[in-house]
Amino acid sequence: MVQFNLPENSKVINGNYFKDKSGSKNIKKINIYRWDPENNENPRIDTFEIDIKKCGNKVLDILNKIKNEIDPSLTYRRSCAHGVCGSCAMNVDGINTLSCMKSHKDINGDINIYPLPHLKVIKDLVADLSTLYKQYESIEPWLKTKTSNINNNEINQTKGERKKLDGLYECIMCACCSTSCPSYWWNGDKYLGPAVLLQAYRWIIDSRDDERKERLRSVADKLKLYGCHTIMNCTNSCPKGLNPAKAISSLKKMLATN
Amino acid sequence: MSTYKIIDHEYDVLVVGAGGAGLRAAVGLSESGLNTACISKVFPTRSHTSAAQGGISAALGNAGEDDWRWHMYDTVKGSDWLGDQDSIEYLCKEAPRAVIELERYGVPFSRTDDGKIYQRAFGGMTKDYGNSPVQRTCAAADRTGHAILHTLYGQALKHNTNFFIEYFALDLIMKDGECKGVIAWNLNDGTIHRFRSHITIIATGGYGKIYYSATAAHTCTGDGNGMALRAGLPLQDMEFVQFHPTGLYGIGCLISEAVRGEGGYLLNSNGERFMEKYAPNAKDLASRDVVSRSIAIEINEGRGIGENKDHVHLHISHIDKKIIEARLPGISESVKTFVGRDVTKEPIPVVPTVHYNMGGIPTNYKAEVLTVNGKDKTVPGLMAIGEAACVSVHGANRLGSNSLIDLVVFGRSAAKRAIELVKPNTPHEKISPNETDKCLDRFDKLRNGNGQNKTSELRLAMQKTMQSKCAVFRTEKTLKEGVDEIKKPYNGMETISVKDKSLVFNTDLMETLEFDNLIRQAITTMESAYSRKESRGAHAREDFPKRDDVNFMKHTLSWHNGKEVKIDYRPVTLSTMSNDVQTFPPKERVY
Repeated sequence: MVQFNLPENSKVINGNYFKDKSGSKNIKKINIYRWDPENNENPRIDTFEIDIKKCGNKVLDILNKIKNEIDPSLTYRRSCAHGVCGSCAMNVDGINTLSCMKSHKDINGDINIYPLPHLKVIKDLVADLSTLYKQYESIEPWLKTKTSNINNNEINQTKGERKKLDGLYECIMCACCSTSCPSYWWNGDKYLGPAVLLQAYRWIIDSRDDERKERLRSVADKLKLYGCHTIMNCTNSCPKGLNPAKAISSLKKMLATN
Repeated sequence: MSTYKIIDHEYDVLVVGAGGAGLRAAVGLSESGLNTACISKVFPTRSHTSAAQGGISAALGNAGEDDWRWHMYDTVKGSDWLGDQDSIEYLCKEAPRAVIELERYGVPFSRTDDGKIYQRAFGGMTKDYGNSPVQRTCAAADRTGHAILHTLYGQALKHNTNFFIEYFALDLIMKDGECKGVIAWNLNDGTIHRFRSHITIIATGGYGKIYYSATAAHTCTGDGNGMALRAGLPLQDMEFVQFHPTGLYGIGCLISEAVRGEGGYLLNSNGERFMEKYAPNAKDLASRDVVSRSIAIEINEGRGIGENKDHVHLHISHIDKKIIEARLPGISESVKTFVGRDVTKEPIPVVPTVHYNMGGIPTNYKAEVLTVNGKDKTVPGLMAIGEAACVSVHGANRLGSNSLIDLVVFGRSAAKRAIELVKPNTPHEKISPNETDKCLDRFDKLRNGNGQNKTSELRLAMQKTMQSKCAVFRTEKTLKEGVDEIKKPYNGMETISVKDKSLVFNTDLMETLEFDNLIRQAITTMESAYSRKESRGAHAREDFPKRDDVNFMKHTLSWHNGKEVKIDYRPVTLSTMSNDVQTFPPKERVY
């Protein structure tokens, strides 16, 4: 019988405990995954006691408070802090989300914060998204028109045609959906995953694009597209309320009926 | 002496920054066949262009008659006659073509009933030289910046731009007053890179984070401006910091001017539409400096809302739900997420919040960087575009939706000029290691900082000083105090502490390097404001309430040599670029 174990250096160990020194009664324990590629140590979980009343409402506010006041070496990506740039995607309380939009008041008990699952970790909460970005590139996310040199006017689009892009163009590529998908976990190198397929559909359904057929053909692949098994984690985790699963099923339907 | 291994690269042109301006330049350069690299400290679609909401201005005339000359008049007036009229002419004349180009790149603009690009009303945008409001701002719902940024990234991929993502630019490589490239730090593996290029284009955005409360992202630290200062180059018009009238109270999140463009209005605690008093014609759609000052006065005079009477309300609940859903979905979501309110039923609490830097690296309309040596001269090998640059098309106050058009018009202009100047694959001349060493010594010194001052504490001190001494209204007293106070966090860097000594994704060190860039800009902003003894656009001096065209119709230049600030001035260009339009002479600015 084969036994599966994590390699010794991958086992997550208990890390440092940062006790609150103010004596506050509003303490929440924040458990955060830490890993430094440069020191040969195992990944660990550090725990920080935070006075939650002296902190903004969002999980990102907790991380900033820790970085500013307790441990400046805590590493995570963040930028806009308003849910539009997609930098601060991570796993909070077991669900992939944007830490700047996730309210810590919604979480009972300790708050557990991990990097996005099933990606190579670069450091602490920073994960390597380069494969996903390459897959995004592979669907050629630009408008293809055959009339590009004929005139220099705008291409008209009815309100109805434009409405088909709603729920698609808003995607901020945070990768919460793809990294919550079991199919993507196992076949992330071949299956395009929900984020990229949503984008593929965005260009396929754009009335201005002249290469719908070619685009459809290029995703019609056993693994690229049909790696989706309708598990729906993608739609459940999208912090922008989009529905990648629906986009994927629309792609499958177009292929089945074309 | 530092001992970092350096990896060398050679390109025809190097773009630093991958927001709207940087990407548009990169697209043009790559398309032309120049060997182009684009480095960015964040993945391109994370850039702060993504946060632009309301739209991009261009006199397309899709919603009634329009003319680029009217757009130009509005922009000159909006700039309070500090904008350069040749550059403004270029911006407004090129704008329609630039928007059509974006549409053909694939930007999902909202549409009119006849299928054209939807345009909405915005502050200060008028027809017939100030007569009545015009719908000139082209929009993709209230996510226009996001839509443009993602589309431009796609175009850059199409044209095979060489991206270096999560590379943090440290310093410019200068030789005899010419720029030869950039030194950068790859966050992902900790290596140091030397990019040599015939032209370097700075597109690193604004520096909103010198203030405590700003709509700006954490990454808006003006790294290119910091590099320019360290290279001995001046920054221009730094005192002109735009406060957006409607930042979400307590959060700082931007609430687009599109809300007022679609019919929203402001109310004080007495339930009065106070903008009718301050701007009888344009009302809530007066330009941003005017609306921000009006809100500040209402609050200062005790008519603010809330426990501390420190904000006002923005109402849109009277607008048809379907219109809100179609045109303002993003702000509805933000208000729900951050203050838990339903905009179709409740008002939005708002307060003027730092939003945009009119100042930056001085350039001409071809994006070539300028310095002054007796008279204007260009800095060979160096260009600047976008919010990092001061062309100057925004002068003392930018009109809403004029920044997105600035990005693409001058991004394209920079590419065009670089194509004229550089022959593909021209060999690079040798550069001495001195410049690299100087840059890495600074890097190494900060990295090994073992003092008692935390970066976060110095940054907070800077932000609080800027917020209290250099806000919407300024006086000789606050600015003088500010000039003294802002030096403290700068001097504090001598004994800074960086806990993380590693090189891979060391955000402790990156925030420290960003602070080094920020504080130099904070100092030049404060000194420039102190030196300008008049009120113009966003720079409102209570002790000098009038605009003084005799003494101050000129651009401020500020240098920072590491110890002190030098202030000088250069004239505003009043003449136009062509005979298609005549100069708009200064007059009183009323809305």
